[in-house]
Amino acid sequence: MTRKKALLAAGMTAALAATLVGCTGNNSGGGGGAGASKTNCTNEIKVQDVPVVTYWGWFEDTAQTVDNFNESHDDVQICWTNAGQGADAYTKLSTSLQSKSGAPDIVQVEYDWLNSFLIQGGLVNMAEHGIEEYKDNFTEGAWRDVSSGDGVYAVPVDLGPVGMWYRQDIFDKHGIKIPTTWEEYAAAAEQLSKATGGETLIGNFAPNGQGQHYALLDQAGAAPFEFDNGNPTEISINHNDEASKKVYEYWLNLVDKGLVGTDQAWTPEFNTGLGGGRYATAIYPAWYSIHISAFQDGDPAAVWRAAPIPQWDAANPKQVNWGGSTLAVTTQADDAALATKVAAELYAPEENKKLGVEVGGLFLAYPEMIESEYFQERPYEFYGGQKLNKDVFGKAALEYKGVTFSPFSQYYYDESQRLLSEAIAGNVSASEAADQLQKSLETYATEQGFTLK
Amino acid sequence: MSTTSPQLQQTARPPIATRRGVTLERKHARFGWVFLAPFAIVFLVFLVLPLVYAFWMSLHTNTLAAGEKFAGLANYIAAFNDQRFLSGMARVGAFALVFVPLQIGLALLFALILDEVKTRLSRFSRLLIFAPYAIPGVIGALMWGFLYSPSFGPLVSFFDFLNVQAPDLLSRDSIFWSLTNIVTWQWTGYYMVIIYASLQSIDSSIYEAARIDGASKLQTALQIKVPIIASSLVLTIVFALIGTLQFFTEPQVLAPLAGNAIDAAYTPNLYAYNLAFSYQQFNYASAISFALGLLVFLASIVFLIATRKKSGLR
Repeated sequence: MTRKKALLAAGMTAALAATLVGCTGNNSGGGGGAGASKTNCTNEIKVQDVPVVTYWGWFEDTAQTVDNFNESHDDVQICWTNAGQGADAYTKLSTSLQSKSGAPDIVQVEYDWLNSFLIQGGLVNMAEHGIEEYKDNFTEGAWRDVSSGDGVYAVPVDLGPVGMWYRQDIFDKHGIKIPTTWEEYAAAAEQLSKATGGETLIGNFAPNGQGQHYALLDQAGAAPFEFDNGNPTEISINHNDEASKKVYEYWLNLVDKGLVGTDQAWTPEFNTGLGGGRYATAIYPAWYSIHISAFQDGDPAAVWRAAPIPQWDAANPKQVNWGGSTLAVTTQADDAALATKVAAELYAPEENKKLGVEVGGLFLAYPEMIESEYFQERPYEFYGGQKLNKDVFGKAALEYKGVTFSPFSQYYYDESQRLLSEAIAGNVSASEAADQLQKSLETYATEQGFTLK
Repeated sequence: MSTTSPQLQQTARPPIATRRGVTLERKHARFGWVFLAPFAIVFLVFLVLPLVYAFWMSLHTNTLAAGEKFAGLANYIAAFNDQRFLSGMARVGAFALVFVPLQIGLALLFALILDEVKTRLSRFSRLLIFAPYAIPGVIGALMWGFLYSPSFGPLVSFFDFLNVQAPDLLSRDSIFWSLTNIVTWQWTGYYMVIIYASLQSIDSSIYEAARIDGASKLQTALQIKVPIIASSLVLTIVFALIGTLQFFTEPQVLAPLAGNAIDAAYTPNLYAYNLAFSYQQFNYASAISFALGLLVFLASIVFLIATRKKSGLR
């Protein structure tokens, strides 16, 4: 009896030990349970016994786009997984890069994060695998944003040309003109606040503005970072120049006067504010259209329309971009050339482009698509049938020239949020916030082994 | 909360006097190891090895632009000169000064009352006080985040009713107390159960003696019950102290809602997490973690020495 029990215990122990070892043993596909694997796909592999490329993405249309791709290819198949959206996916990617296993072959990355993964040695230079031949398919700004030095580190998919979403009904009710310059925007802010006793504000300045702030800085002519992966140990940081301070001073002045809110972006606070009529405008990109129409408990009387982003100098307008994603190939890819080709061709077929537009709500970075009648004439029902792409975003996307992003985006965004919060709390002035941010970024860059130019 | 390793059982027994006694004993010892193996393997693989690896990492540097190299104690020197780490430490120190007396005080009060009053209502209250601990920390913090919301939380409706501007509970000035409230709500019940259990184990003849000597209920509570359960009070205080110094979940969950008030280095643990997973400074994050571990260890030791007479751990 005792002997039986002992045997049983020994057997169970062995089984447990085996499962524990199993977690680390089954590693040939490039990662254990949490990492990318070729057998554990969200989609079904249509053609067996051909090379499989793993892909992490979160576009709304990805499930259908990948199925289409797999059906139309008998020489390669995509194995797709949703590894989370934005920050969640990036944390996993960073950890996989750090532990040298578990990253997928192709990964969806937003433009502003490419340099951060590049500097970790995580992304393949696609120029070495013939990506240049696709260059003319994309807008100038998108191509600039995926390039660093002579290298190209991702294939653009969509863009986020920025416009001004506004409440037509609120502006009409108070007889306020739709602003076209920042000067008019500030004047409209005063009028609106006065007319409503401060109940309705013109907009919101989120301390965690991230890509939005970067676009606003770009528009004013600031270029906070100069970085070239051809010379990755050198960096130039200019975050307290006149243009940067102009942007900070403009918005913090509106904050001081109580003319804009300071809700965090991507919180229920901000969404209720915008949905419920506390804010009359939102300086947001094309992809925000699907968010505005989806606000829970939104004001049913709200009439939303889009207009071009206000300008500093109406005579020399400058269009900017916030967000949009790319497909990058990681250095853990089994076959980087094949992965590059798959990434470049995923959205090449007309059918997939339309899935991107209609299912994914994407503003694709292909000029051919942007200029097409299908896209230009497309009415958006929630916006009273307004042809958003023709009126606002098409022009903005084509005129966008591109920027250089920081190679340490998370640190930059966190510090910028911290110092803007200090400024909003009144502890430092806008100009001091810019100076302190500059100092913090310089210190971090030096600690990280960069030489400041 | 930290995990405490279970005490190793004494396995030595007087040998059984049989002819095959020696082999039997050896056999038992062997099976003892087999029984221990599931725990030991998990303990080694998921606790000891990562600790050793983290310590190794903390002695190296790995920068984005340059590579990895041995750095000795440079990371530790940097940590103890890092204003953000030190202010995070000071903040959790302040939290400890508020949390620990508040939680333990309330837990003791509830336990003493529940020990005295024995009705159906008291049993129900006991469950009710303990219930928040049964809610996972992340869910609890998310829920409080919504309750605190300045635009649609229930407090707003309440203050609207009174026609008064509702306070912003997620602002810089109030976040400290908002967090205090969440943690107290969550943990008081847990400490109460520990204290209540040790109150239950007191021999009731002692109360009888006290009553005969003319002690009032208050005197019995303060001068008999509390001294007898001093050792479990010390235990709960050490738990609370360690948990507070490692404060992480609630600030992490509230940070997206209260970004003006909670930054990436709000507590040392949050700082270590962000350094590693947001800024890719795994080496420095390891050093911060060990530095925090060291300070937590020192704080616990100092407290245990200071209370060694009460706790019976001489």
